[in-house]
Amino acid sequence: MTSKEIFALLEPIIKTYLPEDVSAKEINLDSDLTRELNINSAHLVDIILDIEDVFSIEFKNEDMEKLRNVNDAILLIQQKTSD
Amino acid sequence: MKKRVVITGLGVVSPNGVGVQEFTEAIKFGKSGIRFFPELRDLNFSCQLGGMPIISEEKKREYLSELQLRNFNSSGILYGIIAGMDALKDAQLQPAKNDEEPLWDLGIIFGSGTSGVEKFREAIYKIDDKNVRRLGSNSVAQTMTSGVSAYLGGLIGAGNMVTANSSACATGTEALLMGYEQIANGKATYMLCGSTSDSGPYIWGGFDAMKVTTYKYNDSPDEVAGPMSAEANGFVPGSGAGAYLLESLESAQKRNATIYAEILGGAVNNGGQRGEGSMTAPNGVAIQKCIKNALQSANISASEIDYINGHLTATIKDPDEIENWSLALDRKRVDFPYINSLKGMVGHCLAASGSIEIVSSIIQLHKGFIFPNVNCENLHPKITTLISSDKISTKLIKTSLQTIAKASFGFGDVNACAIFKKI
Repeated sequence: MTSKEIFALLEPIIKTYLPEDVSAKEINLDSDLTRELNINSAHLVDIILDIEDVFSIEFKNEDMEKLRNVNDAILLIQQKTSD
Repeated sequence: MKKRVVITGLGVVSPNGVGVQEFTEAIKFGKSGIRFFPELRDLNFSCQLGGMPIISEEKKREYLSELQLRNFNSSGILYGIIAGMDALKDAQLQPAKNDEEPLWDLGIIFGSGTSGVEKFREAIYKIDDKNVRRLGSNSVAQTMTSGVSAYLGGLIGAGNMVTANSSACATGTEALLMGYEQIANGKATYMLCGSTSDSGPYIWGGFDAMKVTTYKYNDSPDEVAGPMSAEANGFVPGSGAGAYLLESLESAQKRNATIYAEILGGAVNNGGQRGEGSMTAPNGVAIQKCIKNALQSANISASEIDYINGHLTATIKDPDEIENWSLALDRKRVDFPYINSLKGMVGHCLAASGSIEIVSSIIQLHKGFIFPNVNCENLHPKITTLISSDKISTKLIKTSLQTIAKASFGFGDVNACAIFKKI
């Protein structure tokens, strides 16, 4: 899958967890999920579970540590879907 | 010098009415919230009736965001949030804004028997399936006992004590008295107190197994023998939440708030599971002592009580409760105060019973009426030897009330009694 295809599927997942005062327009490749998009860090595990469901993949504990911004998520998804 | 404490806001989520207005109409007319549940029949419950508030999806969204409702599966927390936020709004208080400091003078004591039992079930299935990682982030918040107070704390921005008490069916009355102490001792200005109970088979099953619920009315939910009736042979399990915003009299007067009632005092004690008391049965001596202590704390004499909102569950223990009130107050027959029980309309709402019933008591005191006892035409013979049947009205009575008592008793031999006065 291309980054663009992945982003199209990833964006609605992230949007679900945005605080009410953050617009979906602010989601771009470099957005730090917790610091910039202000997503509650507890929701990172929910984002991971949603990604697993949408892309039919499974993350390991180590993978989760690498997840900071949207681009990290895309790279991880690419890695997992090409395995 | 202790501060005087008043109630300036109410909220209620009851099987026979959600919101103070709907609930007030319901209790005036003796409207029942007891329904038949095919699910309970399919699960082989002896009692296939229950009391469950009706909450639309739209209503949920007035209180919680889409994100908060995602994977949300805790009926008790939902009821508690609705009742609690309604009480705050009724008192005309605002939550702290997101960019403001917490409300340091506002605390919460909101109890439950157990939290999020449906959510817990979901989690247990996943864990047993070796899939603990799939629980997601909100399993803990919905299953911890303090889930309801924690949700309310976040929605309101409470900065004083935020906690959840638990004392079985006395939880709501105990919460009120704990909040009262907090304000009376000058530690908080506002305390949002109340209690909640989950709905459904996983919370009601244990009571069904103990045979303390009724199995006789599955085909006729409108005819369940009410508390104090000769036919009462067990309760119908219920659920919901009740909430009250407690405030110092000083503060309420300063901001010109509507004052529903003053909390004159109250008492909480335990029968120690000694004498006739046990895990499941009350020690009558302790109940009498609790009522007497409450009167003493309120600094009133027993003769001043106009009305009692009983615990009265529609079991064989009802006559004992009447006897304990009669002995504690030293009042009998025509001298006994009016008494009623909400459980005939909504069932036994367990951990939420005390709080829903306190809300019903405060409404009666404020509006000047006594709601009818439902399905109680034929009183238990022992009760009629103790008190005059006129005191257990099956019709709505319009009368001005001044001083009233509410007691709740629960498993673990816990007792709580509160005294309220019109102001």
